[in-house]
Amino acid sequence: MSTETLSLSRAMNEGLRKAMENDPKVLVMGEDVGKLGGVFRVTDGLQKDFGEARVIDTPLAESGIVGTAIGLALRGYRPVCEIQFDGFVFPAFNQITSQLAKMRMRSLGTLELPVVIRIPFGGGIGAVEHHSESPEAYFTHTGGLRVVACSNPSDAYTMIQQAIACPDPVIFFEPKRRYWDKAPVELDLSAAASFESAVVAREGTDVTLLAYGPMVKTCLEAAQADEERSIEVVDIRSLNPLDESTVMDSVRRTGRCVVVHEAPVFNGYGAELAARITEKCFYHLESPVLRVGGFSTPYPPSRLEDHYLPDLDRVLDAVDRTFEW
Amino acid sequence: MTIDAARGAPPSTGAQSPSAPPELVQLLTPEGERVEHPEYDVELTADEIKSLYRDLVIVRRLDQEALALTRQGELGVWASLLGQEAAQIGSGRALRPTDMAFPSYREHGVAWCRDVDPVSVLGLFRGVNHSGWDPREHNFHLYTIVIGSQSLHAAGYAMGIQRDGGDDAAIVYFGDGATSEGDVNESFVWSAAQNAPIVFFCQNNQWAISEPLERQSRIPLYRRAEGFGFPGIRVDGNDVFAVLAVTRKALDNARSGQGPTLIEAFTYRMGAHTTTDDPTRYRLEAELEAWKLKDPIERVKAYLVKNQMADKDFFESIDDEAKTIGSDVRRRCLELPDPEATAIWENVYATDHSLLAGERDQFTSYLGSFEEVTR
Repeated sequence: MSTETLSLSRAMNEGLRKAMENDPKVLVMGEDVGKLGGVFRVTDGLQKDFGEARVIDTPLAESGIVGTAIGLALRGYRPVCEIQFDGFVFPAFNQITSQLAKMRMRSLGTLELPVVIRIPFGGGIGAVEHHSESPEAYFTHTGGLRVVACSNPSDAYTMIQQAIACPDPVIFFEPKRRYWDKAPVELDLSAAASFESAVVAREGTDVTLLAYGPMVKTCLEAAQADEERSIEVVDIRSLNPLDESTVMDSVRRTGRCVVVHEAPVFNGYGAELAARITEKCFYHLESPVLRVGGFSTPYPPSRLEDHYLPDLDRVLDAVDRTFEW
Repeated sequence: MTIDAARGAPPSTGAQSPSAPPELVQLLTPEGERVEHPEYDVELTADEIKSLYRDLVIVRRLDQEALALTRQGELGVWASLLGQEAAQIGSGRALRPTDMAFPSYREHGVAWCRDVDPVSVLGLFRGVNHSGWDPREHNFHLYTIVIGSQSLHAAGYAMGIQRDGGDDAAIVYFGDGATSEGDVNESFVWSAAQNAPIVFFCQNNQWAISEPLERQSRIPLYRRAEGFGFPGIRVDGNDVFAVLAVTRKALDNARSGQGPTLIEAFTYRMGAHTTTDDPTRYRLEAELEAWKLKDPIERVKAYLVKNQMADKDFFESIDDEAKTIGSDVRRRCLELPDPEATAIWENVYATDHSLLAGERDQFTSYLGSFEEVTR
């Protein structure tokens, strides 16, 4: 076992590098991923080391990035596409949902589409519009896609390699405001948990916080700050498929649950969690499952994003409310 | 004031109406006369020409069979290829087995050239599956219904060929309407920038359901290629010789590192867009009659007769063979089994998926509950 302290961005880079070393069919493609190393430097140095045929600076056309990645996969390659920002994924929506997601089923299982689509997501970086969104529910609603989100450097390193090895298409969400957070990363994957599993990020007994991506850290900070109650935090990690047993085990133990994400609450991923928890844990619940998230509006200008994004206080306010029943 | 008048006249920068009398490559006239072209030629033996004739007749017969099956309620819908046989057989027969073809949903003639069982083409239209053949076995991808999406898959596949080395090529089929789609234009950009070994084969059949070419373009489609940085060529899409020659050349160019070509096969959709369409609402009968004189099969027949390459017995034997193949396809179509309910959850993911497994098991037990009652 060997560990190294890395930023989340660097851990992604190391994970990609490892995958490219292990399998010559792995390609990296996207806008500015070559010499620049990507706008978040996730692909820094990869083109220098693996060449322009494997690290492809693409035309500025997101549908084209995903569409040609499908063609490369049909030829036996394992493309890893970078969508530069969350709000830029929509031009590729048809290629992802109608083409990539369905092709295995449409081919009666004869075609394999091992395509990973990396999307830096979420707000909190003071960006202009279309750079701070959380579009995960569009993709969890689409059969044929696997959808995951990493929350820390260790998972970034591990989960990207697992996603690339996966024979199915994977939408891989990266918490852009956590790119520069550092933590020790275990470089040996042999003991790593499956990327389909949720993990208990912090144990507690009174209430469960469910989160993924950037909100895991927010929830951990909230749990830390609460001196009265023992708060458990579960990092969902895999949004589709959902690791129901880890989630339900936790909620059955604590009896209370708050789901936290940056995406709008209405019709968001938390709605699915709340419905499933109500169905599976009905007799264990002391109070309804509450949700904390963005509002049902377009993402606001950055001077207002602190109001829009769940923070420690809004999370603890919801925790308080679960005890009011 | 009409919308056209309000929009003003087309620019006078040499723009040519997209449906003006075409300048195109032709090697066989509608009357069956062989003509020369300075750049394109094809040398074919009598047997090869007879083989092309056989293909043309059989795919037309299969198309008629599918139309009949639809009228009888055995297929949900059918997209007829009537009139486009030469464009599809000429280009399909230009391919090598290792080349990869990406069709839209009307390329039944190309499917025939790729040895796809015609019955498996019917599965999609009967609703028993979304596709019935293994694309890898035939190097013929799934039908793609979202207009133009497959052009990017072909461009990516061609990029894969480049990375593998070797001299395979990709060809992608789409229609005149698809040339307005972003994906088709992105695939032009991509393939040009990558110098990918790809042929864009546009069957301009003059109609995108009810919309004539004027709704899509101010210039002939083949001329769009120039702006993207690769050659475009217009070929008589009802001339199987010319289509074969032009497609071979474009494929050869792709193989030898000269990048993409756009071929506009100028043809005509003799039938409706699909069996749910009614062309009498938007086009004139006279137009159809004019195109009937340019029939892709009759001109080959005329050539074979004039040059004494085939006699009455030959034509009769081909008709009989087409009839036999048609009846066989009809019989096997009717025998296609409805899938089991659990097929809904099959092949969605490569490995087990807890959500789908849960839904499947729950639904299976729900269905089982009816069996309990009836027992």
